[in-house]
Amino acid sequence: MPEIFGDFVEIGEAHEYLVINFSPNSMPIQQRWRNNGLSADFLADYWGTFFPDEGHSTQNRQAEIKSAVSYIANELLENAMKFSNHKSNHAISIGLYLFRESLIFYSTNSLKPKNIEQFKGFIRQLLTEDLDELYIRQLESNADNEDGLSSLGFLTMLNDYEARLAWKFETVQQDPKIVTVTTMATLPV
Amino acid sequence: MEIKGEDYQVAYDPETATLICEGALRLRGASGYEDIVKLFNEVADQKPSAITLDLKGLRFLNSSGINALSKFVINVRNKKACELVIRGTNQYPWQGKSLRNFQRLMPALKLELE
Repeated sequence: MPEIFGDFVEIGEAHEYLVINFSPNSMPIQQRWRNNGLSADFLADYWGTFFPDEGHSTQNRQAEIKSAVSYIANELLENAMKFSNHKSNHAISIGLYLFRESLIFYSTNSLKPKNIEQFKGFIRQLLTEDLDELYIRQLESNADNEDGLSSLGFLTMLNDYEARLAWKFETVQQDPKIVTVTTMATLPV
Repeated sequence: MEIKGEDYQVAYDPETATLICEGALRLRGASGYEDIVKLFNEVADQKPSAITLDLKGLRFLNSSGINALSKFVINVRNKKACELVIRGTNQYPWQGKSLRNFQRLMPALKLELE
């Protein structure tokens, strides 16, 4: 049975969608890193087409949406690259689906077993704590912490972009066990 | 002083005590920003009366970059020795969304968005 956090909704029928799949394992992460930005900018340009320039105010809206798509897609891809279980041979995917009032991102990647419980703990914090306060607390504690993860990707999506987040964890293979997470990010448009 | 990458440039102009970031910063994790944070901290250590952080040419910043800039803001705040001005632009929508958080870290920070 999948384990759900937040208001996760399975991918529905959208008028428009675009999905990109990335083969795993083909190159060291440092060399692949720049592709996150390329993919995120491509997605932003692609979706900008659906919010055309029609006078000054709409132009701002197109720029806002492109900027938000680029940021959220880049963060989802960075997470997927960082946390994928490279031994699993499971592809990373990111898809965007356009609905009447929202653009919904779904990104899927496998997880390293040692990271799963910590990740779920962080998700529980995101779903129960005051986000504004958690964000500032995270910035302050990161300043004292030289290494480690900033944990700001999801917090900025939620706080700065008013995105809504939900997650689905699934065991896709038993021997050896492979767990994937699908992150759903809903951006109001 | 200048740090250059494929798609970005970070420079310091000592005459005006201005740090300038341009391009798209999407470096990998805290380690990716080490050199930039080092340059920022060197500037803070010099304690000029006011430091300007010019982000008008910065079209993209990932969350690890937001983390690096917030470390600098907290460092300047804790030194209690200089004013901090951040210059940005509404041309890049991320700046209007994310830079205001730095004012919550350092209420005396001046945020100027054109």
